[in-house]
Amino acid sequence: MSLDRSTVARIANLARIDVPDDQQEPLARELSNLLLWVEQLREVDTDGVEPLRMIMPLPPRWREDSVTDGGHADVVTANAPAALDGFFVVPKVVE
Amino acid sequence: MSELTYLTLTQARAGLLAKEFSVDELLEAHISALAAHRDLNAFITETADLARQQAKTAASRLQRGEAGLLEGLPIAIKDLFCTTDVLTTAASHILDGFKPPYESSVTRKLWGEGALCLGKTNLDEFAMGSANVTSYYGPVRSPWTAVGDNVAVVPGGSSGGSAAAVAARIALAATGTDTGGSIRQPAAFCGITGIKPTYGRCSRFGVIAFASSLDQPGAFGRSVEDCALFLEAMAGYDPNDSTSADLPVPDWKSEVGGGVKGMRIGLPREYRVDGMPSEIEQIWQQGASWLKAQGAEIVEISLPHTKYALPTYYIIAPAEASSNLARYDGMRFGLRVPGKNLAETYMKTRGEGFGAEVRRRIMIGTYVLSAGYYDAYYLKAQKVRRRIADDFTQAFEHCDAILTPTAPSAAFRVGDKMDDPVAMYLNDVFTVPSSLAGLPGISVPAGLSASGLPLGLQVIGRPWDEMTCFKVGRAIEQAADFTTLPYGLEAAA
Repeated sequence: MSLDRSTVARIANLARIDVPDDQQEPLARELSNLLLWVEQLREVDTDGVEPLRMIMPLPPRWREDSVTDGGHADVVTANAPAALDGFFVVPKVVE
Repeated sequence: MSELTYLTLTQARAGLLAKEFSVDELLEAHISALAAHRDLNAFITETADLARQQAKTAASRLQRGEAGLLEGLPIAIKDLFCTTDVLTTAASHILDGFKPPYESSVTRKLWGEGALCLGKTNLDEFAMGSANVTSYYGPVRSPWTAVGDNVAVVPGGSSGGSAAAVAARIALAATGTDTGGSIRQPAAFCGITGIKPTYGRCSRFGVIAFASSLDQPGAFGRSVEDCALFLEAMAGYDPNDSTSADLPVPDWKSEVGGGVKGMRIGLPREYRVDGMPSEIEQIWQQGASWLKAQGAEIVEISLPHTKYALPTYYIIAPAEASSNLARYDGMRFGLRVPGKNLAETYMKTRGEGFGAEVRRRIMIGTYVLSAGYYDAYYLKAQKVRRRIADDFTQAFEHCDAILTPTAPSAAFRVGDKMDDPVAMYLNDVFTVPSSLAGLPGISVPAGLSASGLPLGLQVIGRPWDEMTCFKVGRAIEQAADFTTLPYGLEAAA
């Protein structure tokens, strides 16, 4: 599969990563090469094979679904680029 | 420089217990080594003051006879583990200034056992790389250089700073994380020992996520015994990580020397890859002969889907990464680059905050998960992953452990393989398959390349059978007697 510029622009938008116009063409080539390389997987017969989603050599242990911590709004927002009174300050979302 | 930094972790522990030297003497020797080797760029953040504070508690616990497993021993932490109030970066611009309000479970255990934190080590950005050249904080250089060459070589990656720090005798041991080879390959490049345990052996809580179905913390040391001791302190069930295993942690360090007599060691025929240097083939055969001489039986095995492991990995890992790294949105921590509106702020923050390799992987991951391509790429890769894991299950019916080279070459120059991502990815050709299967693997230094750089051998075990990895690793270590020091360190030894 070869990716064109507009596909790269679409993926960049889905990934919310700004890719300047002059970088879209080179990135399209790079990503196309990678996709071409991974396409060798088509050779493998996987009919009836159950996909392996997670290596879980043991079944996970159950626990009570209970609140064990919380009430630390100041601590949680301490790393925010902008915070006020225990809230995150974000750009305006609703006009 | 003090000879205290040349002790192994195990020797330093014995020395402290026998009061041959003090915690302060041991720590100050390592802090001096840290200062003397800043040219390696192995650390993003140094925490000498924190270590000195921890040393006071360690000294009094030793005095009272209440020493933990690592009481008073200076170690280093890969800067992917969250440490309370200490800058944690994942070597990314996007985590500028991030000081976690909580401690990763692994580091919490290490401090509980009395370890002293020298600092946070450099790595490839978000652990994505095989040469430690993608760090926002600049590349790490290996303490090794090729014979007759002054050009810096890479320490391997992604845990390059941890490997360089242990090899350069700055830290007695260090934590790493391994997603597709990020402990084993740098251990091999730096001439030290590194173990990636079974997926689930160590908690991932507080470890910045790259690919959650593959990521696993592990240990670097200068001997197999050191790795066993260090991993014992790191491992164990954690209610905060539902994928961590509810199993007791074995006393690995006491049984490391158990020997290989009667073990069957498998050599996978598919690991003889095209264009592999003859010195890699030779060290591999040498390793097999050493084990045979100590009473093991060498058998040829087959892992038929080996060649598909790397392309499988480069679908699954980027897919998981694109999801995990969606959290870096400039709102709650780290970098924010303001735009005209919320959407543009996201785009600019992530465009500037992520480096080229991370952007590339997020883009690939987003693509293979997008509507219309999910089945063809992502689902297909998960099915091939099953085939790869089944190969190992079948192979372990015929052997107790698998012996392979760790990497297809010795370390290369800083700057090489930068133009072709696939050439860089091939570094992990021998480590990725067992990662996809969640198996434990150890890399042990076995010899030197023609250019005088270390070469490692990898031992892969069954799920939860780190013990066999340690025993086989120890047998190789004994036979190889790898004592060569990086250039420039001989004089001080």
